[in-house]
Amino acid sequence: MSQHALPPCQEKAKSRRSFLELAAQGMGAVATVVLGWPLVQYFAGNWKRNDDVWVALGKVQDFPENETRRVGFLNPYRHPWDGDAAKGEAFVRKLPQSGAEKDNFLVLSVNCTHLGCGVSWFPESGLFLCPCHGGVYYENGERASGPPPRGLYHYDWRIVEGLLEIRSPHLPTLQDTLTNNPKTEEE
Amino acid sequence: MASWPKRALEWIDSRLGFSAVLEHPIPKSASGPMGWWYVFGSASMTLLFLQILSGIGLVMVYVPTARDAYDSLLYLNYEQPMGWFIRALHFWSGSGMVVMVLIHMTQVFLHGSFKFPRELTWVLGVFLFLFTLGLAFSGQVLRWDTDAYWGVGVGAAMAGRVPVIGPIIVQLLLGGEIIGSSTLARFFALHVFVLPGLLLMTLALHLWLVLKQGISEAPEPGKEVDPATYHAEYEEKLKDGEPFLGDATWKDAIFSSLVVIVVVSLAAVVGPMGPSDPPDPTLSGANPRPDWPFLWLFALLSLSPPEYETFIILVFPLVLVASLLSVPFISNRGERAPSKRPAAVLLVVVLYSLFGVLTYLGHTADWSPIMDAWGSDPMPVAMVERSSPIELQGMLVFQNKNCRNCHAIDGIGGRRGPDLNGVGARLTIEQLIDQVSNGTPGGGNMPAYGKQINPAEMEVLSTFLASLRTKDVGPAKPHLTPGKMILTPTEKESSKDGSETN
Repeated sequence: MSQHALPPCQEKAKSRRSFLELAAQGMGAVATVVLGWPLVQYFAGNWKRNDDVWVALGKVQDFPENETRRVGFLNPYRHPWDGDAAKGEAFVRKLPQSGAEKDNFLVLSVNCTHLGCGVSWFPESGLFLCPCHGGVYYENGERASGPPPRGLYHYDWRIVEGLLEIRSPHLPTLQDTLTNNPKTEEE
Repeated sequence: MASWPKRALEWIDSRLGFSAVLEHPIPKSASGPMGWWYVFGSASMTLLFLQILSGIGLVMVYVPTARDAYDSLLYLNYEQPMGWFIRALHFWSGSGMVVMVLIHMTQVFLHGSFKFPRELTWVLGVFLFLFTLGLAFSGQVLRWDTDAYWGVGVGAAMAGRVPVIGPIIVQLLLGGEIIGSSTLARFFALHVFVLPGLLLMTLALHLWLVLKQGISEAPEPGKEVDPATYHAEYEEKLKDGEPFLGDATWKDAIFSSLVVIVVVSLAAVVGPMGPSDPPDPTLSGANPRPDWPFLWLFALLSLSPPEYETFIILVFPLVLVASLLSVPFISNRGERAPSKRPAAVLLVVVLYSLFGVLTYLGHTADWSPIMDAWGSDPMPVAMVERSSPIELQGMLVFQNKNCRNCHAIDGIGGRRGPDLNGVGARLTIEQLIDQVSNGTPGGGNMPAYGKQINPAEMEVLSTFLASLRTKDVGPAKPHLTPGKMILTPTEKESSKDGSETN
């Protein structure tokens, strides 16, 4: 609209408008930052997982050698209002003594590596079977048949004061497994 | 002098200007008998309003925490007066909305109504369809039962396959390290605020475009859309057009009422959907099924070879969406009538057949093992009444080794592998031993039982399997393939040739 104005006013209007433009952009930028930063912090909060979380599964001597046991635990990542969803499970198998290590365990996730359904253990055939698409694993967690792209996820475990503990029982996915060192897992 | 309510309405309308819009002419062809093809959009919107209404009702009782959601669903079903009906209505009206949006899209596609100048109306319509599906999926999660719990798990496992950023998407989806309250709250926010908001905004634009570009005339064979002349021809058609508020709106109202009656009847007769078992991850053997709009994907994933699976999960849906969005850009001129567009008709027929068959397969889901078949399914008496003790021992091995979970006998048991009734007529003892020991070659569908079964068990099992044939059919004879030796049981270890694969 300034092109219709008279020359002296046009000059004035032009400088006023460029000031307003500048002020609007500047204020807008400040408003975006002061509003955006806390929002980003809120929505991206708890971004980094604390992986140094351990949960006890039971006394070492309670696990018979070469038998797979389904063990329940309350997930340490739970909220008080999580109810049953806070319940977790893992398959524990005490392995025969190997070398200097007196207690040797294999702790496997219940989540099928195909699409995450919970697998069941069948001691009679020594197989894990997934109810969703029929993924099958051997007792050592290796893939036996069906659609899974790899064997069952292994938990890191340790023994503290006679208790078997597992680390960071988060929901495992193909690129976010349960082991810090993926080399310890058979793919 | 008009009565005061009429004057009040006139006062409002003189400012809003709705009557000018409603009395604006639409092409005569869209108001005549062909007008019955135009009722699906307004019916989708009617169902949307039904969803908002019943959704507001549900949200006043439902508790979106992992601990309480399931109980609040049971409360709605059994204690809240008419709670069962509102839950049922929300499910059936939601399902109806998916159906109606699909029909609406199909009609617009077949009649070429997406062509110039209504390309953007189609594009916004595709987004409305996607938001509707998003609401269907997130709504299924809010039905916080065992299917919802494991359904989220499957969603997370799929998202976890995205290269590089997979774990970040999983984190966003779950809102934490486990499937729990944070996850449910996210889907609640999505289902109740984000998606309805996006949908209503997009719908406003969609409707604005319907007003701005006018309702498309009924397609006429031989009448081609040419962007250079279309607007002038359309204006010409409006001159002898009919007001929108008239036959067209009555047809909309009749069909929408019919849809409401059907949805209410379904809700009243069939009742609410679920919840099934509680969302307790320690209840083993859960076999989650998605709701019907996603059964096709469930089937597609289950039937695709594992090496293509990640591609199908991640790329295929994007390709589908991209193709839908590109429809008006591939062809926005030329013939509109279906009779002149055989390729378009063929595409609709092929797609509906494909998705129909996949949905049916997803419904039957023969690929899922029956987890308790080994311990609970009976052996047909006729098959074992004349069995030898060794064959009976083999039958026990067959049950104990969980073979039954995947293999039915005479129709009872799992359907993942072939029914083994009559297998004795198809495979020799040697071939049976080979198949059981080595499974499907290359790690296919059957695990290798070589290490899971001892020689004595193998002997009785193979004897039992070989006996599974009707008495008037002889045992299988070895295939004499040139250059191949017939294997004896002791040589089975070296065999890699499973002659029956499943």
